[in-house]
Amino acid sequence: MKSLKAQQHPLSKIEYELEVLDAPIKGISFADKLAESDLFPLKPTQIDVLQINMGKMCNQVCKHCHVDAGPDRKEIMTRETMQHCLEVIKNGKIKSVDLTGGAPEMNPEFRWFIEEIRKISFDIQIIVRCNLTIILANPKYHDLPEFYRKNKIEVVSSLPYFTAVKTDSQRGDGVFEKSIKALKMLNEVGYGMENSDLVLNLVYNPSGAFLPAAQEGLELEFKKRLKNGYEIEFNSLFTITNLPISRFLEYLLRSENYDNYMEKLLEAYNPVAASNVMCRNTISVGWDGYLYDCDFNQMLELKVDAPSSQHISEWNQQSLLEREIILKQHCFGCTAGAGSSCGGATA
Amino acid sequence: MKTYYDPEDLKKFGKIGEFQKSMADKFFNYYGEVFQEGALTAREKSLIALAVAHAIQCPYCIDAYTVDTMEKGCDEEQMMEAVHVAAAIRGGASLVHSTQMMNKVKEISM
Repeated sequence: MKSLKAQQHPLSKIEYELEVLDAPIKGISFADKLAESDLFPLKPTQIDVLQINMGKMCNQVCKHCHVDAGPDRKEIMTRETMQHCLEVIKNGKIKSVDLTGGAPEMNPEFRWFIEEIRKISFDIQIIVRCNLTIILANPKYHDLPEFYRKNKIEVVSSLPYFTAVKTDSQRGDGVFEKSIKALKMLNEVGYGMENSDLVLNLVYNPSGAFLPAAQEGLELEFKKRLKNGYEIEFNSLFTITNLPISRFLEYLLRSENYDNYMEKLLEAYNPVAASNVMCRNTISVGWDGYLYDCDFNQMLELKVDAPSSQHISEWNQQSLLEREIILKQHCFGCTAGAGSSCGGATA
Repeated sequence: MKTYYDPEDLKKFGKIGEFQKSMADKFFNYYGEVFQEGALTAREKSLIALAVAHAIQCPYCIDAYTVDTMEKGCDEEQMMEAVHVAAAIRGGASLVHSTQMMNKVKEISM
């Protein structure tokens, strides 16, 4: 399977994607709903999290990927851009650095970057969004669990379900089996184990046009099934709603589920989730250093509304704190039901 | 083509109060409470509802509880097992009546 970009699919053109997403749902925009909750315009509360997209290259081509990542994507963050990120981290206000991709490990500067962050501080939380199969993809990645351990990395990995059929249907043939092997390798160095401070969290997202289950109950089910079936341990399960952009949007339109899905998101709007959306304390950095309110706005190329601080090289904390967060209809995905963020439910 | 069942009508379910509000309100309050977490989990209740939907062959309920069970984290195997429970009870209900047939046969046979 190729990326939408490689297929030259109409949805790989941002203008077209935004045109689809600009249409109100039943005449209601996301800004209208926020106004009802006294949250419009949406403003940041602080900047605790720097989420960095290390590049769009990935060894997998997941059907729902909002990044449209894959082996054919060559966009990758340079060491120079990472150095600008390090300057911001050195300022001491960032509490968490969240590395994502693509497969962030495929960036040749990945390990250098993490070691440089650790030279600044061992207290900053570093999250790596590891797709698991990368650990087995090439011998040069086999020692990643040990590298993560040494650098006190928090590993967050997608596992859409505890069965092969549902996992493979979303993430590709054979992904479940490889993910199980990789999880065992992480457990072996201490990740997710009782009395260990090495954190391994899993991510569930629905394999289709429906909302995720309640996080707490599903976590118990995952723990039981992974322990009994495969002797795998992990810390927490994050349930994440699929946002209607990129490949998941393509699926919704192709399967004629788009209108119903958007109505479902609208009907499930939760003001508590809205007040806790992740864009209020996060800045997302693109592979080329541009700044965004979140990873989804990054993929829609909606740069932060802070004209003097749109690139990591010109970081201006005050200007970023004073900005208004850019809203489109995809934002309904973060406020539906129990809410959704890169750290799971928010309400 | 017009049919007796239109999937869009499911969305109108909440509007049945237009013709009789107090009974509808009571029903929906009761309905909401039934499906809350209790001695049974919301997930278990959803699977029961899916099975019952098949037993009573209500297309609206089948659509609604297919989505609901998936949103409760159930997979296809669990959902189909729930339908088999409904089928087993329906089939069993027919077969258990065969004892009546057998009784009658024995009653009138030499």
